[in-house]
Amino acid sequence: MTVLTLPAQPHQGTMPRQVPWRRMAWVTWRQHRATLISVPAVLGAISVFLLIAGLKIHHDYATLTACHPASSNTCGTLNTNFNRVDWTIGNTVSILLHLVPALIGAFAGAPVLARELETGTFRYAWTQGFGRERWAIAKLTLLAIAVTAVAAAFSLVFTWFFQPFLPQEDQSVYTNTVFDLRVVSFAGWTLAAFAIGVFFGMLLRRIVPAMAATLGVYLGLALAAWGVRAHYPLAVVTSNPSIGGIGPFSVNDPLVVSTWYTGPGGKPASQSVVSQISSILHNGQNPRASLTQIIAQHDLTQWTRYIPVSRFWPMQLFEGGWLLVLAVLVMAATVWLVRHRAA
Amino acid sequence: MNVIETNGLGKSYRHIWALHECTLAIPGGHLAALVGPNGAGKSTLMNMAAGLTVPTAGAVTVLGGQPAGSPAALDGIAFVAQDSPVYKNLSAGDMLHLTRNLNRRFEQRYAQDRLAELGIPLKKKAGKLSGGQQAQLALTLALARRPRLLILDEPLAALDPLARQDFLATVMTAMADDGVSVLLSSHALADLERVADYLVVLSGGAVRVDGEVDDLLASHRVLTGPAGTGQHVEHLSVVQAKRAGAQAHLLVRISGPADPVPPGWEAHPVSLEELTLAYLRAPGSTEPPGPPSVQNAEPTEMAR
Repeated sequence: MTVLTLPAQPHQGTMPRQVPWRRMAWVTWRQHRATLISVPAVLGAISVFLLIAGLKIHHDYATLTACHPASSNTCGTLNTNFNRVDWTIGNTVSILLHLVPALIGAFAGAPVLARELETGTFRYAWTQGFGRERWAIAKLTLLAIAVTAVAAAFSLVFTWFFQPFLPQEDQSVYTNTVFDLRVVSFAGWTLAAFAIGVFFGMLLRRIVPAMAATLGVYLGLALAAWGVRAHYPLAVVTSNPSIGGIGPFSVNDPLVVSTWYTGPGGKPASQSVVSQISSILHNGQNPRASLTQIIAQHDLTQWTRYIPVSRFWPMQLFEGGWLLVLAVLVMAATVWLVRHRAA
Repeated sequence: MNVIETNGLGKSYRHIWALHECTLAIPGGHLAALVGPNGAGKSTLMNMAAGLTVPTAGAVTVLGGQPAGSPAALDGIAFVAQDSPVYKNLSAGDMLHLTRNLNRRFEQRYAQDRLAELGIPLKKKAGKLSGGQQAQLALTLALARRPRLLILDEPLAALDPLARQDFLATVMTAMADDGVSVLLSSHALADLERVADYLVVLSGGAVRVDGEVDDLLASHRVLTGPAGTGQHVEHLSVVQAKRAGAQAHLLVRISGPADPVPPGWEAHPVSLEELTLAYLRAPGSTEPPGPPSVQNAEPTEMAR
């Protein structure tokens, strides 16, 4: 074979300047094209479904609200149909969409580093001039931003789709299954799930176990969040008896954290009164009337700690905020593993 | 300048030493062969020099004192790991572009010309290339980075004899033209005998012998004499003793070519293969020093 020669060696010996960060844009795109195309494609396809189904739902809801008189048989049928047909779609969609962050974490996040470790290509990637920590930081940041942005955009489509159900199906904006599909929270959950996925990929070094761990941990975290959400430090306390306590809930209902009663002069209500109230709330025939009666009878004050509807966006930002902090910490741990785990 | 320098270097996995107390100084400008059976610690040593693996004990520096894995080290070293890992779903052309993006220097022209020469189409997926072509692709990517040190871990294992020759010719050309130093590992010495001018023999996680090939050949000889007596040779440093019929063959280390031959013995120069095998078979440092045991010669993987 003929012999190819290299041009003369450039001057050596000085400390090399680093390979520019922007080079990782092409690298990330080329290596994760499948993820970067399929995540928007799948969410885009679901969006098209939501748009088509949403148009019908919005139309049905408009017809229903325009129906007069509301007590007529025609309106009753419309109402029943909406609650039966449209709400079945809406309810199913809102439940299934909770899988989106988990699936992004498992299928887009977990393989990013686990595949390199499984196939041995990390021996190539981590010995290039770019440096392995910078390589990991650049790649994870770009992918995280991409999936988070796509998830946020998708959430806006869902928000529009779901609008009619809030007043019609007694859903509060704070209903757990609805709250975490709204834009800031949903973006936060997607980001956190992705970060958890890449972390387990690096920790376990195998794609399938990493996917399983991601799904498990994400599920645990999401369920735990349902319990702690009411305790975000955004609650106010009121003695206004018209707020809180008894359902049904509606779109403008606040998220009630707790309710308690004090007797005359601010003393705590007696134990017997508390148990009476408790039995009314649990099995009373007409709870609101009975409650009003017992409050008047014992000169009680009803205190409610609640999160007003006006604090919906602060609540969203708070949830998005802690999820962002969590994701950054988990990614930092991942980069630490990339740097320190012996290959 | 030493391209690789280790001092008491060790790596243990679950309390078992893969490499232990390894002290080496490989000078630049050589094609150094790292030879030893499978599991000798060759890959462990190379991974640590490439900055992939963190040592358990001791230290390793490269390119004249740079810590392994530091930016300067990564910039100046090209490492082709065992089985030449490439992204199987990327085309050869994409692998070129990828490597160019991940490094300060990359000779795109050289890389393209070389792949054309090898008949590797740029559009073909790396995973669809033959084992030999994948190895050549990985070598091309490494050389196009203009490294000062090229580390190749068992690059010949997957290649047929013709591809081995082509591969080594490429490496030799780069050495001659560009002054790149090379460290190449193999469990088959035969492939490297003609090309290596520096030898490190590794076995059981320890360095058995290392040095320039010419120096090693000059400082060892085979003595042939009557078996069983051991007369006049007690003072010699015997690496290995073999017995064939009534004759004993001793491979001894001497202080120089002027060393006198003991009376009754005949001296022969040693071949690189004999020397390597002798050190691989010699009792390890764990055994107490004593009179050399006489063994029967048998062919091993090393000899094949």
